Amino acid sequence: MKHSLSSLLLAAVLPVALVACAPSEAGTTTDGGLSGKLTLTGSSTIAPLALEIAKRFEERHPDVRIDVQTGGSSRGISDARSGLADIGMASRRLKDGEIELTAHAIAQDGVCMILHASNVVASLTDDQVRAIYLGEIENWSEVGGEDAPITVVNKAAGRATLEVFTKHFGLDEKEIQADVIVGDNEQGIKTVAGNPDSIGYVSIGTAEYSAGSDVAIKLLPANGITASTASVGSGSFPIGRPLNLVTFGEVSKLQRAYIDFCRSAEVHDLVTGLYFVPVRTAQ
Amino acid sequence: MKVKSTDRILVWSLRAASATAGSLVLLILCFLVLESVEGITRVGAGRFLNDPGWHPSQGAESEFSLVPMIAATIASTIGAILLAGPVGVLAAVFCRFYAPPKLARAFRSIVELLAGIPSVVYGFWGLVTLVPLVRELAPPGASLLAGILVLAMMIVPTVALLAFAALKNVPPGHLEGATALGLSRWTTIVKVVFPSAASGLGVAIVLGTMRAIGETMAVLMVCGNITKVPSSLFDPVRTLTANIALELGYATQEHRAVLFVSGLALMIMIVLLVFVQERLQRRARLA
Amino acid sequence: MPEPTRPLVSGATLGAGRHGASQNNLADTVFGVLVWGSALAVTAGFLWLVGEIVVSGFGAISWEFLTSEPASSGRAGGISTILVATLGILGICLAVSIPLGLGTALFLSEFSQGENRMGRFVRASLDVLAGVPSIVFGLFGNAFFCVALGFGFSILSGGLTLACMVLPILIRSIELGLRAVPNDYRVAAAALDLSKSRMIVRVLLPAAAPGLIAGLLLGIGRATAETAALIFTSGYVDRMPESVFDSGRALSIHIYDLAMNVPGGEANAYGTALVLVGLLLVINFVATHLVERFVSGRIQSA
Repeated sequence: MKHSLSSLLLAAVLPVALVACAPSEAGTTTDGGLSGKLTLTGSSTIAPLALEIAKRFEERHPDVRIDVQTGGSSRGISDARSGLADIGMASRRLKDGEIELTAHAIAQDGVCMILHASNVVASLTDDQVRAIYLGEIENWSEVGGEDAPITVVNKAAGRATLEVFTKHFGLDEKEIQADVIVGDNEQGIKTVAGNPDSIGYVSIGTAEYSAGSDVAIKLLPANGITASTASVGSGSFPIGRPLNLVTFGEVSKLQRAYIDFCRSAEVHDLVTGLYFVPVRTAQ
Repeated sequence: MKVKSTDRILVWSLRAASATAGSLVLLILCFLVLESVEGITRVGAGRFLNDPGWHPSQGAESEFSLVPMIAATIASTIGAILLAGPVGVLAAVFCRFYAPPKLARAFRSIVELLAGIPSVVYGFWGLVTLVPLVRELAPPGASLLAGILVLAMMIVPTVALLAFAALKNVPPGHLEGATALGLSRWTTIVKVVFPSAASGLGVAIVLGTMRAIGETMAVLMVCGNITKVPSSLFDPVRTLTANIALELGYATQEHRAVLFVSGLALMIMIVLLVFVQERLQRRARLA
Repeated sequence: MPEPTRPLVSGATLGAGRHGASQNNLADTVFGVLVWGSALAVTAGFLWLVGEIVVSGFGAISWEFLTSEPASSGRAGGISTILVATLGILGICLAVSIPLGLGTALFLSEFSQGENRMGRFVRASLDVLAGVPSIVFGLFGNAFFCVALGFGFSILSGGLTLACMVLPILIRSIELGLRAVPNDYRVAAAALDLSKSRMIVRVLLPAAAPGLIAGLLLGIGRATAETAALIFTSGYVDRMPESVFDSGRALSIHIYDLAMNVPGGEANAYGTALVLVGLLLVINFVATHLVERFVSGRIQSA
């Protein structure tokens, strides 16, 4: 008894001691290399990409640690502004009220409608999508599918994907009649894949990646144009958006180095690997 | 009487520890109030009930109605307690009066184990088993009904364990008297045992209710999280707790403040229930 | 506290007179069916839930699962970093709650006999604290530890939030253990002219040890099961934490994330759930039995 108690106490004290020995100072340089810690928060569309790039970045700069957390573009922007995060992630253009922030595009992406892979409906017009999300069409048979009620999956407020979606379809967020509310892209995909009668919309990159790894969803074309990385890259897909890293105020050496790395050709394989379109500006 | 100096230090440090522990509740209340103030003054308390909907992050056009979430919390709690209350009490009766000693012990162990399973596991189980079953009945599956079932499952152990403790406190003389009168088992339990244990059973129900109101993860995972007042059991809903869990991550300014207001509301409900519970407990002790 | 009892009037003798009251026969049968039905329903629910977790989770568990880092958002790989983060959070929680809890329990049981005003205040506020929903602890922890004290999303913030949460259960069970120590011990110590502090360290704490350990285990169980209070305090970064100022993902949050946000994450969610449920069942089982043995032992010796 006594033994287990003392080892418990030891386990409790140990982490505290560890911290005391390892003070972390952001941005200090050793041997001309980079060191310190970066925290990224925001868009769940960008998070997997930022994480993969961060891993490669850490390999090259072993004294750097980069933490990535999701929460939606609004959180990325508010955390960057408040300083809770060093870099915010926002999968949309900055708005008029956000001009004090700086956006650094690291990739292009689009938003597309997704259905369960078994759904017989092959395409929907913009008007049909609008009617479904307004609750005017409530059964798949009204749009050429089987007789089954439609489960409308919508994104939670504060998500860039929702804003891009409502803007393209001319919908008012308040009028949408949804059956399920999801947060992250992955949750949207998981919800649609788990319910044969549902409809949702997500990042094309995430959707293509999932469909490619045997998740039971399919991507719908928009205005007859296939939803794919290729059509996003060529600019022909109608619902496109930039994936931005967002900073507030002066940019530290470490932030600059990471952002430049994200935009460089050295990570193009990671960008395309996650079905996004690399930015062309980089060398 | 001499007081040793080590003792004086001891007493004062113990007193300090208790003062810290005792004032935690006040600290929590302070922070909830502090963070809520912006929401109450800038949004206005009336809008929590009168706004047409919950659209908290649309700048000047934001709407802050908490009515759908309050309705969901009330509906899911009542539903869960209607199911779990009787089942829990009867399970305790089983353990106390029906089961042979060995079976009673085994059954108690099961109930205790159920009480220790974390809510996220209940939620996960509900998500993979109950939601598809409910979807067979009426889509979308993630619904008030799924939430009620998972919640009921979670609070049955709480109710059963406390109800058992209450039944055990029934004076043996009552039972002997009933037996001597030749009363049937049913009559004895309903006419003698239940009235005698009423306060204790009340405590069991109240604590079960408290757990249902405060539960977050399980309902978050199975309820669909739509912010509309439900019109049927198959409608998706979002409770107050789920609303906080879903939105605190990215809420700013008024939105964040309103989430703290809903936390404050939950806290007040709990304080009221604790008050009821204490009164019942005192009655149970006197009885 | 649970303790096994043999009813003075057993179930069999309780209903002995039912043949004499024939008008109640039907009601008696219906009631019996309801009682057995409830018990069966509870048992069935238990078997369904635990069976589902064990059967589906067993395949995922291996030594490698426990010792490798999660990969591809947790779909692949194991839970080593998650276990480390969970231990870290638990460590912080205990480091803070044990001294505070022990001190408060000693104060309540040894120094506030009768209707002491401070004792009453502490007790009442602990009763409320015990009922506060975990998400409200999460709100508080986020506002106080993460933002006001500037700890950010970190293992430290999570551990401190949990410490507040487990305090009531810890104090209540430690106090129960202390009160179960017969008064003779205290009187004898006083007769030997032991100081109060020596009496506590030498006599009271050793005598109450099983009760204290049980309380500790119950606290650990509650903390390990917690999810809602951690989402906004310790965060959910699934990498190996390097200090308590790093964010770390607890087991329960890992289950939540895999179940809700990761397509194809079910297999590892089941595996993680089995690990968590297994841990908790052991902890709670040991705790309950320690309490039972302890309490019944005391009653016999008293």
